[in-house]
Amino acid sequence: MNEQFENEMKLEFLSKSSNEAFARLTVAAFASQLDPTIEELADIKTAVSEAVTNCIIHGYENKIGIVKLSAKLYQNEIIIEITDNGKGIANIELAKEPLYTTKPNLERSGMGFTIMESFMDDINIESIVGVGTKVTMCKKIKKEETNQEQIEQMTSMP
Amino acid sequence: MESKFYEKDKLLIFKITEEIDDHSVQKIRRRADYEIERFMPRKVIFDFDSVTFMDSAGIGLLVGRYKFANLLGAKLEVANLTQSVNKIFEMSGILKLIPVAGKE
Repeated sequence: MNEQFENEMKLEFLSKSSNEAFARLTVAAFASQLDPTIEELADIKTAVSEAVTNCIIHGYENKIGIVKLSAKLYQNEIIIEITDNGKGIANIELAKEPLYTTKPNLERSGMGFTIMESFMDDINIESIVGVGTKVTMCKKIKKEETNQEQIEQMTSMP
Repeated sequence: MESKFYEKDKLLIFKITEEIDDHSVQKIRRRADYEIERFMPRKVIFDFDSVTFMDSAGIGLLVGRYKFANLLGAKLEVANLTQSVNKIFEMSGILKLIPVAGKE
C-alpha cells in the first residue's frame, strides 16, 4: 500500500554556525516521515548543511541575519527551500563550479554546490545581488524499492 | 576529538568524535595545528571511525592540515573512512593527495 503524504514545515533561525547542526537534524527528522534509507537521509542532511553554511558564511558573511528554511513533502518527494537576505551571488554559474570559492582563506573547499547537486535530484538557485539567495532542492525517496528489499529481507529470515 | 602521540614512531593520531561541519571544524583545526606544532610528528593520521556526519568542511579541514603538516615535514594520512565520509572525499579528489592508512 502506498501512503501519500502532504506536509509542510517552516523554520527561521539566526545565521550562527551552531545552527547548522540544528537545521540539518530538523530537516532529517521531518524527512524521516518518507521512510528514507540511512544513505538518503545522510544525503539530505549534507545538502542542507551545505546550503545553510553558504547562507551564514557567504550570504551574511558571519554578520547576524535570518536564515529561512521550509520543507514540503509531496508523495515520495521532499522539497527544501533555504533563503537568506544576504549579499547575493553575482555569478551563479561560476559559484556552482567545483572547487570555486571566494573564501579560500577560510579553508572552504568550493564543493558546496557540487555536493548539493549530486546528493539531491534537483537544485535551483535564485539570487539577486544585495537582496539575497534562495536555494530550492528536491529529492525523491525511492520508497517502493526499499519496501521491496525490506520485505525480501524479512521473508528470508528464519 | 581525541589525540594520541606515539613518541617512538613520531606518529600523531587524531580520532575525530564529533560531526564535521563549518562550526565544529574551527575547533578541530585549532587543536590539530597546535598539536602538530607541539609534537612535530613524522606522520599524522586522522581517524574517521566515529564520524557520524561530515559535509564539505571536512575537505577544507584536510587540505589545510595537509599543507600545514607538509610545511613542518610530516606526512598526512586518513583512516577508517565511513561510507558517507568516503563519498565526500571521493567526490573532491582529495584521496589522490592524501593516502588512506593501511591501504596500498
